[in-house]
Amino acid sequence: MSHKFSKGIINKAWQINDNEVTPEPIFQDRRNIIKALGFGALGAALPTTSHAGIFDLFKDKKAASQFTTTPLSFISNEAFTAQDPLTPINKVTSHNNFYEFGTSKHDPVDNAQGFIVKPWQLIIDGEVDTPLTLDYDDLTKMIALEERTYRLRCVEAWSMVIPWTGFTLTSLLKKAGVKNGATHVAFETLYDPKQMPGQRNRRVGGGVAYPYVEGLTINEALNDLTFLAVGLYGKTLPPQNGAPIRLVVPWKYGFKSIKSVVRITVTKRQPATSWNKLAANEYGFYANVNPQVDHPRWSQASERRIGAGGLFSAKRIPTQMFNGYGEQVASLYQGLDLRKHF
Amino acid sequence: MKLKNKHIKWLKALFHLIAITPIVALVLLVMGDHVGGEPVEYIIHYTGIGALNALVLTLIISPLAKRFKQGALLQTRRLIGLYVFAYATLHILSFVALDLLFEWNLLWQEIINRPYIIVGALSYVILFLLAITSLNSVRRKMGKRWQQLHNTVYVAALLIPVHFYWSVKSEIIEPSIYIAIMLGLLALRLGQLAKQKTKHRPSSKHKVAASPLR
Repeated sequence: MSHKFSKGIINKAWQINDNEVTPEPIFQDRRNIIKALGFGALGAALPTTSHAGIFDLFKDKKAASQFTTTPLSFISNEAFTAQDPLTPINKVTSHNNFYEFGTSKHDPVDNAQGFIVKPWQLIIDGEVDTPLTLDYDDLTKMIALEERTYRLRCVEAWSMVIPWTGFTLTSLLKKAGVKNGATHVAFETLYDPKQMPGQRNRRVGGGVAYPYVEGLTINEALNDLTFLAVGLYGKTLPPQNGAPIRLVVPWKYGFKSIKSVVRITVTKRQPATSWNKLAANEYGFYANVNPQVDHPRWSQASERRIGAGGLFSAKRIPTQMFNGYGEQVASLYQGLDLRKHF
Repeated sequence: MKLKNKHIKWLKALFHLIAITPIVALVLLVMGDHVGGEPVEYIIHYTGIGALNALVLTLIISPLAKRFKQGALLQTRRLIGLYVFAYATLHILSFVALDLLFEWNLLWQEIINRPYIIVGALSYVILFLLAITSLNSVRRKMGKRWQQLHNTVYVAALLIPVHFYWSVKSEIIEPSIYIAIMLGLLALRLGQLAKQKTKHRPSSKHKVAASPLR
């Protein structure tokens, strides 16, 4: 185990050993999946032309031209370099929960490629000294960008390891100046039914009341882990991952990490949050990753880690308290009954 | 036109084709990377819906046969019923193999702790029993008990869409439609049962048992 990146600090539980890191995986080709499924022989038996013919049936889905992402300049934050093997970029960008574009995992990649992020406006208002309005260029230029690799644990009990590019929420809030007495921060996703089919149609959007809203306590928002990502794998975010800017709160279930944010409001009371409004008995305001508190309908004790390789290569691993970030955040919840405040 | 055995043969071949095509399509979709890089949930959902659709189809056969006086149609029900079982088996296998990754302990914990998994598992037990007793020889041996056992398909018909409804995070429209369809199909049969009962009131008990709810 190397401590090259730990800067003399003892390796912490949340750190990923850098010898486990796989370099950015090459986009997985179809053959690997065929092999993994055990259909190798079947695939080999089919002539390539018939392959093309059969796959043409499904071509319409891929017809939409791809959204263009651009490389970002950033420094790598060595305190958060990769620990567990990264989830390959093709899985990070084709397995998403973004109900504004449909409820299936592949709907966002299929339906969001035409999403317009330029121009964009992100408003920071509420209990701040100087309300701010950031345009598209400000998102990547106002604050120096860094790369951090975080684990992402979905409430559905799967997880990924993703290198995000962005800046801390606290660095942005500092620019606006949080007023004394502020207790919470509220976030809001773009509301644009023309671009987001899930906002036009209740069936497509899974019955969520839009715009999607999320919230944190002020101390959670000011914690150094709380991140605003403008990119992943060194490039600007694709729309299915929340372009052009999204929140990343790695010790909470993924639905807290709100995508395509247009407004950040510092407030004096606990804001409403989308999944909590939909099913308060299943999704709390805090939504901290907690293997001891199950979702009413499934266990949260373990998770399916999505890594490189075919369908059977995923691993079930035990879920860690606060997704392994307890050292940084456990103190935020001292004296709070996490069974009650799940 | 009255359907003859020859027609039924073709109809059965057609049903085989209808049942197998979605599986071929699924394999191609997954292999071709058309359903995302991690199609675990997709495969589980797809096979589950397959089982549910096949179940709706088997339950539609007898009202259709009655309405259009095509008794021969009833011969296709076993075939479709076995596809319900086959799809349900694929559904459970993909859940165990792709989602739980063969963590049998977790599977057991989920079965005893999660209502929607319990409901799904119960339905599968019913489908399993119906499948293994579907041979004609078994049917003859079982006598009247065979029909009693096979009437539990109506229990599965209610439990399966409830399992679906219960399993989703918020997308309740589709499962609600299935619940409504199943209630409709059951209502048709309850109407029949009521008729049978009034018709044969003097010996209703015996008659009802002998003229099964179809």
